[in-house]
Amino acid sequence: MAEDLVRVTEQGLYCQAGDFYIDPWRSVKRALITHGHSDHARSGSASYLSHTDSRGILRLRLGEEAKIETIDYGLPITIKDAIVSFHPAGHILGSSQIRIEHKGQICVVSGDYKTQRDPSCQAIEPVRCHTFITESTFGLPIYRFPSPEIIAAEVNQWWQANANEGKVSILYAYSLGKAQRLLMSVDPSIGPIYTHGAVEALNAVYRGCGVKLPATTYVGDVKKEDIGRNALVVAPPNAQDSLWARKFGKSSDAFASGWMRVRGARRRRSLDRGFVMSDHADWQGLTETIAATGAERVLVTHGYTPPLVRYLTDLGLDAHALETAFTGEEGSDKLDADKETTTENEAGTLQ
Amino acid sequence: MRTFVELYQTVDRTTKTGEKSDALVSYFQQASSSDASWAVFFLTGRKLRRLAPTALLKQLTIELSGLAPWLFQECYDNVGDLAETMALLLPESSAGLDVDLTEFVERYLLVLRNLDDSDTAAHLVETWAKLSLDQKFIFNKLITGGFRVGVSQQMVTKALATVSGIDPNVVAHRMMGNWEPSAQWYEQLIAAETADAMASTPYPFYLAYPIQEEVDSLGDIKDFQIEWKWDGIRAQVIKRDGQVFIWSRGEELISERFPEIMTAASRLPNGTVLDGEILAWSEGDVMPFALLQQRIGRKTVGKKLLSEVPCIFMAYDILETAGQDIRQEPMVARRQKLLSILMPGQCDAAPSCRGTLSEHLRISAELSADSWQALTVLRQDSRKLKVEGIMLKRRDSVYGVGRKRGDWWKWKINPLSMDAVLVYAQRGHGRRASLYSDYTFAVWHDGQLVPVAKAYSGLTDEEMKSVDDYVRKNTLEKFGPVRTVKPGLVFEIAFEGIQKSPRHKSGIAVRFPRIARLRPDKPIEEADTLAQLHEMLEVYGK
Repeated sequence: MAEDLVRVTEQGLYCQAGDFYIDPWRSVKRALITHGHSDHARSGSASYLSHTDSRGILRLRLGEEAKIETIDYGLPITIKDAIVSFHPAGHILGSSQIRIEHKGQICVVSGDYKTQRDPSCQAIEPVRCHTFITESTFGLPIYRFPSPEIIAAEVNQWWQANANEGKVSILYAYSLGKAQRLLMSVDPSIGPIYTHGAVEALNAVYRGCGVKLPATTYVGDVKKEDIGRNALVVAPPNAQDSLWARKFGKSSDAFASGWMRVRGARRRRSLDRGFVMSDHADWQGLTETIAATGAERVLVTHGYTPPLVRYLTDLGLDAHALETAFTGEEGSDKLDADKETTTENEAGTLQ
Repeated sequence: MRTFVELYQTVDRTTKTGEKSDALVSYFQQASSSDASWAVFFLTGRKLRRLAPTALLKQLTIELSGLAPWLFQECYDNVGDLAETMALLLPESSAGLDVDLTEFVERYLLVLRNLDDSDTAAHLVETWAKLSLDQKFIFNKLITGGFRVGVSQQMVTKALATVSGIDPNVVAHRMMGNWEPSAQWYEQLIAAETADAMASTPYPFYLAYPIQEEVDSLGDIKDFQIEWKWDGIRAQVIKRDGQVFIWSRGEELISERFPEIMTAASRLPNGTVLDGEILAWSEGDVMPFALLQQRIGRKTVGKKLLSEVPCIFMAYDILETAGQDIRQEPMVARRQKLLSILMPGQCDAAPSCRGTLSEHLRISAELSADSWQALTVLRQDSRKLKVEGIMLKRRDSVYGVGRKRGDWWKWKINPLSMDAVLVYAQRGHGRRASLYSDYTFAVWHDGQLVPVAKAYSGLTDEEMKSVDDYVRKNTLEKFGPVRTVKPGLVFEIAFEGIQKSPRHKSGIAVRFPRIARLRPDKPIEEADTLAQLHEMLEVYGK
């Protein structure tokens, strides 16, 4: 077997044919970015290439100075000896699988992806390839996610019931992607929607890309007394631990995450509700997408890597684990401490 | 079935007692008598005998899910609960079954009792296909005997009392023993009060007030009946209509947990109510409270435990004799009646504390001291005798209700204390839900900090906020809701007793630890050592 088109180096996933990195975790000359989550888009590289809709997100995360180029889905470009194109991954706005072709070999780096419907971003398109690099965040068959319609109905019911009881509804969801997806699936006729600063900043970016979010108000812009008891507040999960959540008085809190599928994870969070909703593929999504690529070689990154590798091997595929620095869905028990500190500081500046 | 699943979910989701109680009340308000009887059965932890072998359940789940056995095992290891793993892996099905709880139990659970393995398999496959995810989870929990809900028997009792308007004590009494769920049983449970229930009813407990001033400010010592303050479970023993009932101060019926006291009390004349303390007692001496706790923890007591931790009832007072409420008679008269009941035929003025009726019914001895000074000296023996201090009861006092200042005093010995370092913190509940208010403390051993006590009270709100702030800024690790904290804060921890404990890494357990004060003046290096605690154990723990 010839050497892989993409391999892991100290800096990150490297493609020698094109002399570029994909979602590097250290500073490099040229970085191709699958999507804007912080474990995939890190600052410090000399230049970035991402999908057009990721521009605003990357600008927010990487700073004014970063050199960001963008490209639309499905347009092949040549980088050195490689032909590169971006294809929708269905994970968040602008999320892409990156297809690399060199000497007849095709490798697809999928970043993070999901197969469920999501009105806030373009749906995934599986890409035929020889080698597929896949995530495995929810790579166990116990992770089978209910349809988004069912979850939306549950969220609305919860919100309505809280409103009836005079409780503010605090919904914790990752500020990039999940928050906007939820905002588009809730029923704004139940009450006003408020957001944590981290969420509101990204709402602005989404709206800038033409995503039709319902009206939201940044919590920091209103007085505590003016927040109605029928309000929904959307905040990142780490705000749960902070002083921030105390200002709403009588409230019910909930977390939207794929981890909420398992009772132990729900209970450890000590929240009133857990909604099973993820921007990552569940077991079925993973295995179906892998099959649809027709890949014979599958490299498995972050998540339940060993079981997925073994399962694919049992199917006769050439599957292996790939060690990366990606982290998957926040809210498992291995919470990223850095992220939390940032948000707490951010929260602390609110009144 | 739907409402029962909803009840389970509401209770499972919340940690708030109020919400759990509300959910119980609204469930019982709408449930049919028959459904309610099954709900009481399951909610109070009663189980149907195992209805299907675990191996069969696993095998069926593997077949139906189409997974390799190793992948099933991988899932099970991650979830950590067989019933839940099966529910998550079995094929998705319809919206669920719409039958009431009774029909569900009878048609889908009890029927398993009479089936052989192959019929059991067919029945399970058919049933699973009809159940929603949540229903599957509960069904699996019930067939594996692992159904547990986060409500106490007392919460269920109170909810039933609220719904029926019956005294909770009566409900608790009627819920005891072995019974088969049925509409008829439930209707009796919540039927209006009758003589059967009255027989078990205890009196409210009268409680002593702690002495805060100098003890001689109480007046003449001769006006007081003086006893040791025993450390066990305060209880009432009732013998009426040939039946015996033992109630704890928490108004829990605990008769079945103390069969030796039941037997002893059956010798009391009908119409007798005694107030006293249950103690673990061996060879004329009280045993550590930790041993008594083993007895409290069991609903049914095995022979081994019964012989290893025998219990007695140490009588303090008599509230009813010959069916007459005598609580308004003076202490001194009641004491005479207590002696004549427990030591018939021996009207001794200075009795030993041994009753003659049974070795499991003793009388709390009266201490004699001529002066407050003499009593102060006597009190110093408390720790050695493993009592908590001294009780002082006015000889002319009636048996009142609740805690009142004036007639009954408790004069406790000063607690033991240690200086320990904060090592773990956890968020509290209720009002303190967003504060790190539950702490674990450690002392030094071989250059390492070994946890020795947990405490979550004793700080002012202001102090708690400052500790909360420290915890947030000095977190080393997070595990679920618990944070490992960088050692830096020293606390003085007060506690009532110290015992050997092989279950704890430190080898010791302290009783009723609480925070006495923050010690910002103390560097962590100067906190106490495990060796110092073991010295304390030598002196007080035997």
